[in-house]
Amino acid sequence: MKVDSIHTGIVLDHIKAGRGMDVYRYLHLDELDCPVAYMRNVRSEAMGRKDIIKIDANINVDLDVLGYLDPGITVNIIVDGQLVEKKKLSLPEKLTNVITCKNPRCITTVEGALDQVFLLKDRARGVYRCMFCDAERKSKALR
Amino acid sequence: MRHLIDITDFTVEEIEGILDLGDKMIADPDAYKETLRGKILATLFFEPSTRTRLSFESAMLSLGGSVLGFSSADSSSTAKGESLMDTIRTVSCYSDIIAMRHPKEGAPMAGSLRSYVPIINAGDGGHNHPTQTLTDLMTIRRQKGRLDSMVVGLCGDLKFGRTVHSLIGAMSRYKGVTFVLISPPELKVPAYITDELKRKGIPFREVETMEEVMPELDILYMTRVQKERFFNEADYIRLKDTYILDPEKLRTAKADLSILHPLPRVNEISPKVDDDPRAVYFDQVRNGRFVRMALIKTLLDWRNEA
Ligand SMILES: [Zn+2]
Repeated sequence: MKVDSIHTGIVLDHIKAGRGMDVYRYLHLDELDCPVAYMRNVRSEAMGRKDIIKIDANINVDLDVLGYLDPGITVNIIVDGQLVEKKKLSLPEKLTNVITCKNPRCITTVEGALDQVFLLKDRARGVYRCMFCDAERKSKALR
Repeated sequence: MRHLIDITDFTVEEIEGILDLGDKMIADPDAYKETLRGKILATLFFEPSTRTRLSFESAMLSLGGSVLGFSSADSSSTAKGESLMDTIRTVSCYSDIIAMRHPKEGAPMAGSLRSYVPIINAGDGGHNHPTQTLTDLMTIRRQKGRLDSMVVGLCGDLKFGRTVHSLIGAMSRYKGVTFVLISPPELKVPAYITDELKRKGIPFREVETMEEVMPELDILYMTRVQKERFFNEADYIRLKDTYILDPEKLRTAKADLSILHPLPRVNEISPKVDDDPRAVYFDQVRNGRFVRMALIKTLLDWRNEA
């Protein structure tokens, strides 16, 4: 895999500099068998510096996770060397098993079978609340 | 299927309907004494609260129904390690409706995901207690004949008081309501609540003494100031008398003020206030029974319609 171009796969562009590892972790890219390139501090006209992740296979990227991490990330789908799709991201209405509730009094801390569900309560401020206990979490991008 | 987990699960109109039914039940209880014959309410109290449990059981028995359940976690299957979800699914096979109290926040919501029957949240930790809020709304409406256009004073522990948080949330939905929040600085309403009031443009003020606002109030909602909420004994002793209601502090109050308290009280309302016609906290207890009757019947009616 050449780092600057991939034949078929996904390029995650315009990741805030330093946040690439978060994206890598939340998307569980460490579990993939295909080549994955993570570039830090790439020069960018719009952002100064940015991170880029290139995945050398057309996997199903969880757009909700990316939208929560940073709706400014660009998702480019590449097939046969051609850019076939640019996906727009937004803060998802609902996050299931993406983040966990930090409230020690929350039922999810003792009831293992429950999904961790967060609902978007305030789009402008990027505020999510645990569906069970209402504990607040903010989108990483807007913090 | 509908549940009552959070008071805002119900629209203003739905709450109105439940309060209307509660009023009818108070006016003619005999007309409802066979209404739920053959139906079973399960009261699942994973932490003890005799007062709330008796209120639910009294409500169900007054409708001709029956009750079963447990009153603490150590007499339940949880003590044997069964998950909450399994307990709820099992009990929902034995009953037509469930009232549950649990120390963990969000437990009734979790239960509602697995239940075959409607769930009523009878208190989940410091989070929600919507039937107390229904009781408060019923009491205010019976006193004032309305839920809009009034000045509502809330006094005491506004930081940890879940009944206060729910009541503010519920009353915020009516026009012309102003909140006066009376507490020591240590026990002010959490910022997320005042932020919400600001965003919605609902007027409120934060003050430290009852005396300075008493003449304006239509409702005075008292809560307990617990010793363990303070960092040191000295602060507690310095402040506790400030938040005790007595006849002297009531001197400047309106003649038609209504004084509420979710009970049990310790010393935050002097017994000398009990005979004042403005004290309605024992009416509140009675209203709690009837509004729970109305709630149980309404949830079961909705289920039959579905
Ligand atoms: Zn939670």
